[in-house]
Amino acid sequence: MAIAKKAVVWGLFAAGGTLSSFIFPALIALFLLVALGFTPDGLQYEHIYAFAASWLGKAALFIVLFLSLWHAAHRLRVVFHDFGVRKDGLIATAVYLVATAGTVMTAFYLYSIN
Amino acid sequence: MTIRQLELEVMRYDPEKDEAPWFQNYSVPCEEDWAILDAINYVKENIDTTLSYRWSCHMMVCGSCGMMVNGEPSLTCKTFIRDLPDKVRIEPLENFPIERDLVVVLDDVMQKLHKVQPYIIRKDAPPQDKEFKQSPGALEKFKQYTMCINCMCCYAACPQYGLNQNFIGPAALALAHRYNLDSRDQGKSQRLDILADHDGVWDCSFVGACSEVCPKHVDPAAAIQQMKIDGAMEWWKQKLGFPGGES
Ligand code: SF4
Ligand code: SF4
Repeated sequence: MAIAKKAVVWGLFAAGGTLSSFIFPALIALFLLVALGFTPDGLQYEHIYAFAASWLGKAALFIVLFLSLWHAAHRLRVVFHDFGVRKDGLIATAVYLVATAGTVMTAFYLYSIN
Repeated sequence: MTIRQLELEVMRYDPEKDEAPWFQNYSVPCEEDWAILDAINYVKENIDTTLSYRWSCHMMVCGSCGMMVNGEPSLTCKTFIRDLPDKVRIEPLENFPIERDLVVVLDDVMQKLHKVQPYIIRKDAPPQDKEFKQSPGALEKFKQYTMCINCMCCYAACPQYGLNQNFIGPAALALAHRYNLDSRDQGKSQRLDILADHDGVWDCSFVGACSEVCPKHVDPAAAIQQMKIDGAMEWWKQKLGFPGGES
């Protein structure tokens, strides 16, 4: 079977894109809200902290960050390609390395919140 | 019938004489209901018999009169002068080598159309002494993809084909999808080897230019995205040891 490895990164890219297209507009709206001085109770530091310290919260944050990282990495690779940079192998290695490092760091820092 | 004078700026190129393509201007008295193809035919018949271009049916069926009209890949029999300014630039389809004037070399896409195995593949024997049955709903699934007339406007519009000529490209991928979706077909996994390969669906960046220019309202961009999902699922299935997905 000749399914290219691109299938995997594309899968992560698509999943990350779908997820972040829902989450990021909501995040922007919340940031604007906070910037304008309306901080809903759920966004208070203690609540956010408690969320990130629970296993469910950790899992949710991990999925969002992991997929967003891989989405961004693949998007960047395509952008380089679209701008005519003809070093796909090198760029792919670099962007996916950063995404991998980011994934490991995400896991580590989430794990250490308690 | 009112006559409108159109200034045509037509790309000319004779590889035996010209070093590079150049533009020739023709002033054409057009009837108001003409398509651009009529204006080009007028040039050929009345002004300059040396102009080369392809056309046949003049009714959006043969798919041979695709050209760049003011920079847009267009079927010239369907592009009406009433929708165009007084000055119109006509060039051969982008992303293809020029054979002569407005005629391009299509060998590459012809090979690709062949490569995706655009025919019904059966593993089981076909029904004996009777026809395949297909419900209207099953037909509806792939019907839009059967409308393609191979005009290659989508290849001229596709930025990824422009960057990488190995990319299978919109029309051939849409055609493969047409057979993948056909309830009589059993060749999906066989085709996936080609479609999900390095130069298959993955190069498409979903700009959607192909679907925008298609004169027959085929939606190659959608077909390609659906095949990407199929390809990604299949990869996991294989890695995790599930039996290969079959249509
Ligand atoms: S998909 Fe549309 S634009 Fe592309 S070759 Fe077919 S008819 Fe032409
Ligand atoms: S959607 Fe894909 S195939 Fe269509 S023009 Fe864009 S890159 Fe090309």
